Amino acid sequence: MSGYSTQFGSIDAYERGTVSVIADDPKNYLFSNMFDVAARSAPYERVAVAKNFEYVIEVARAEGVSGWFTCAHDEFVTCLDYPCEVHLVKLDDPDAAVDPESEGAHALAALPPGKKMGRIVLRRGHMAILPVGAAYRFEAAAPATLMIQTIDGPVTSHQWAAFCQSK
Amino acid sequence: MAMNEDTGAASKPANPRGLPLQASFAVEPADNRTGYRTFKAGSFGFRRDGYFAHISWPNGRHQLAVDVFLRALMRDVAWGFFYGTVNFDTVFGTTNYYGEVEMFAGATNESFIKAGTAFIERFKADELMRIFKEMIGDWTNAGYDPFAAPMETGAPWGSKSGDNDPAVSRKRVTAKRMVGLPGDTPLRSDASGYPVNRMFADVPQDEPEVYAEPGFEHEVSAFNLFAYLSRSDVTWNPSVCSVVKESLFCPTSEEFILPVEHGNDRPEWFVQLSDEIIWTTKDRDTGAFRAQVVCKAGDVCVMPADVRHQGFSDKRSMLLVWENGSPKIPELIRSGKAPNVPVKF
Ligand SMILES: [Fe+2]
Repeated sequence: MSGYSTQFGSIDAYERGTVSVIADDPKNYLFSNMFDVAARSAPYERVAVAKNFEYVIEVARAEGVSGWFTCAHDEFVTCLDYPCEVHLVKLDDPDAAVDPESEGAHALAALPPGKKMGRIVLRRGHMAILPVGAAYRFEAAAPATLMIQTIDGPVTSHQWAAFCQSK
Repeated sequence: MAMNEDTGAASKPANPRGLPLQASFAVEPADNRTGYRTFKAGSFGFRRDGYFAHISWPNGRHQLAVDVFLRALMRDVAWGFFYGTVNFDTVFGTTNYYGEVEMFAGATNESFIKAGTAFIERFKADELMRIFKEMIGDWTNAGYDPFAAPMETGAPWGSKSGDNDPAVSRKRVTAKRMVGLPGDTPLRSDASGYPVNRMFADVPQDEPEVYAEPGFEHEVSAFNLFAYLSRSDVTWNPSVCSVVKESLFCPTSEEFILPVEHGNDRPEWFVQLSDEIIWTTKDRDTGAFRAQVVCKAGDVCVMPADVRHQGFSDKRSMLLVWENGSPKIPELIRSGKAPNVPVKF
């Protein structure tokens, strides 16, 4: 009898809200939509949609198989719409793959030596840890939207003007 | 918002107004007519009757509907005074200096400021918190839950009738690394007392497929965040779910009105995970209206450090509040070394 219908968006079906100002500039709100960003992105481009000092939230369009990434700290990935698989490998020598003092994800030219840790199939709303010391890659049969909690780094793309509400 | 337990413990609290600490507190016996206790903190007095919370200070008084006051007080208590300023309404509130806290009447209201009638006193946070906790305990009657949306709970009105201590003393959830990891904050289930909320009955409860190689069972980990949020028993109460150094993902479920106008001391990000919230923003210092922001599922926006914000959610919704818990930020913002808006484009 509840009749409540929960609205989630997806890369192929989303509705965007809006900023209406009374005495303000819409640019102050850095208003965007993650599905819009994923829909306009190349596969596995990691686009910052939120930034607070060095920290960022990235959105990535998952599609096909990504390259390998690693990072000197934990990261967290949340699937927002369609299935995406995460593959994890424990690196034998993580410090050789990425400076342990560095921040943000780093793309790896090739997978360094390590042990298979396992894989996770994420569906809408599922969050996984991308643990420090591991390399990871994503795989998605069809376009999907990923949200990643991380730090601004070498693979983070900044293109705010392309998708933030400006007036 | 939910804070790291150790935030701000490191250094001496900032005191930009140069106020002395007040140290007098009192709890008076229950009133013969209403049955409620009255409370004193510094020069502020607090009294409740059937419908209202009455606040007094030298040369001033104010009143709020008691449901509004209790919902706001509940958040201020649960959040440990939170980040920056918690406006209970346009007159009364607290500002957190992490270890010490200012309580004010009119300090964020243009009329009071212009007339020079704003009143502010400063307290040790743990001492004021003790009084606030006693107040929320005494003023909450049986059957009323200030954390719940109005349609989910009883009414707070009338004279003293029982209490609801389990509801008002809920512990805030603060994951150390991620919900569901071994030794970290556990998942929610029917068995652990967290049924799916009536407005999230259609949210899938499937868990991720996790295939860990032998020896990596503790490190290959994932959980259903949307299912976790569908089982939240509180509204407008962000809890830490995942942590990258000082980057805190603090998702929460929202229904009805954010019980405070939050004037954060740093930029605060919102990621709308489901449904819709309308945000009203006002100038942090004066309360002058600035904007209306409608967020739908997938929308992302920042609340600049110089606004106060209040959200309105009809259908219960899932909101990811994203905070940077660094204790260095308030001073950087106050001194103008960091901008109110984190990105210029
Ligand atoms: Fe807030």
